Amino acid sequence: MKPAPFAYAKARSVAHAIELLANDDARLLAGGQSLIATLNMRLSEPALLVDINAIGGLDRVTLKNAHVEIGALVRYAQAERSTEIARAAPLIALALPHIGHPAIRNRGTVGGSLAFADPAAELPACVVALDGEIEIVGPQGQLTVKADDFFKRLFETALTPRDVLTAVRVPAAGTDTRVGFAEFARRHGDYAMVGLAACARADGKRLSNLRLVYFGVGATPVRARRAEPALADGDVEAAVKALADDLEPTDDVQASGAVKTHLAGVLLRRVTQQLARAPS
Amino acid sequence: MSERFHDIAVIVNGEEVRERVDARKTLVDFLREDVALTGSHVGCEHGVCGACSVRVDGVVVRGCLMLAVQCDGARVDTIEGVADTDEIADLQRAFIARNALQCGYCTPGMLLTAQELLARGGVPSREQIRTHLSGNYCRCTGYQAIVDAVEAVAQARAGTKQ
Repeated sequence: MKPAPFAYAKARSVAHAIELLANDDARLLAGGQSLIATLNMRLSEPALLVDINAIGGLDRVTLKNAHVEIGALVRYAQAERSTEIARAAPLIALALPHIGHPAIRNRGTVGGSLAFADPAAELPACVVALDGEIEIVGPQGQLTVKADDFFKRLFETALTPRDVLTAVRVPAAGTDTRVGFAEFARRHGDYAMVGLAACARADGKRLSNLRLVYFGVGATPVRARRAEPALADGDVEAAVKALADDLEPTDDVQASGAVKTHLAGVLLRRVTQQLARAPS
Repeated sequence: MSERFHDIAVIVNGEEVRERVDARKTLVDFLREDVALTGSHVGCEHGVCGACSVRVDGVVVRGCLMLAVQCDGARVDTIEGVADTDEIADLQRAFIARNALQCGYCTPGMLLTAQELLARGGVPSREQIRTHLSGNYCRCTGYQAIVDAVEAVAQARAGTKQ
């Protein structure tokens, strides 16, 4: 199908984008890899598209104050080539090859994935697992929101339609950082049926600050809060068992809830092995 | 400038094209309808099939997930332009030799996507070739012959470079 008619404007700066977004029924256009598909299918019919692709300065990856800051317009392919992300955000580096297909990764943006907040997407889960923060600029000024508080409900975030997500910040990995990532998808690059992003600190034989964040099993990224302490103590079996209480996946077109819970356990075993290794 | 129609100037296969476009027109529709380049195909129109693959500023993108108006000032290369430069002549020959196409609908996208992988150099594994082509559907061949052709070209190119 073809999109319904809309007006189009190229934002010159974040401030200009916010000005344009004040128009009724305006939508922000970043990489467009989800938005343009929904326009083509007429699931969305905005009056105005505000294209932020030409805004300078939002496409940088920077290391500062023990954090990695990834600009909203950093494209997945660019992130895959980033030595800063490989070194300081190894969980994101592990997840990137699973996001879409090469042509999608050439265009799709880190900020777009977070703002769209597809429940089966990789990056939202990674940013929650890393206890990251999201930078928002809106008509009222600048705001920093913890990833834990950013993803509200299905496709709903702390962003209002008048805000621009400008960057995401995650703590830089140290020598004791341990990460793991795995997902099941029907075809490589498709949205996951179930996926798991995990981050922890090696603490002797234990893991501390462990966060197990599943995606594709609920309306938002879902932390497995009962499995976390069990796995931190090294009890994989108890952790897998706890998933039955942690997760309540509903049946969808890809799999039943029961299958998803089973697959979540398989992923947990795989990710447990990754968490035992220091990142290379 | 929040308007529906926009004047754009795009370098398509090395030649400048100036056109007034409706903002809602996708890049692939612009190429097919306004520039009469029909080698880029329209398949699923939501980014799944890869038949509309074209290069924008040197990287392969989905022609259905980018708007023509976004390409103002960009360099767009389609299968027609890339084939004309002989950049992929060996890949095209390998596709024919190994029956890596039947109806040919996916072939322009397959060729551009495969060339993006091959241009990185080296000989990718069959697994890497499959992963790289995972976003391009072929409903005829079962992919085996396509992977064979890409692998053969990778090996041949590596051989000639030694």
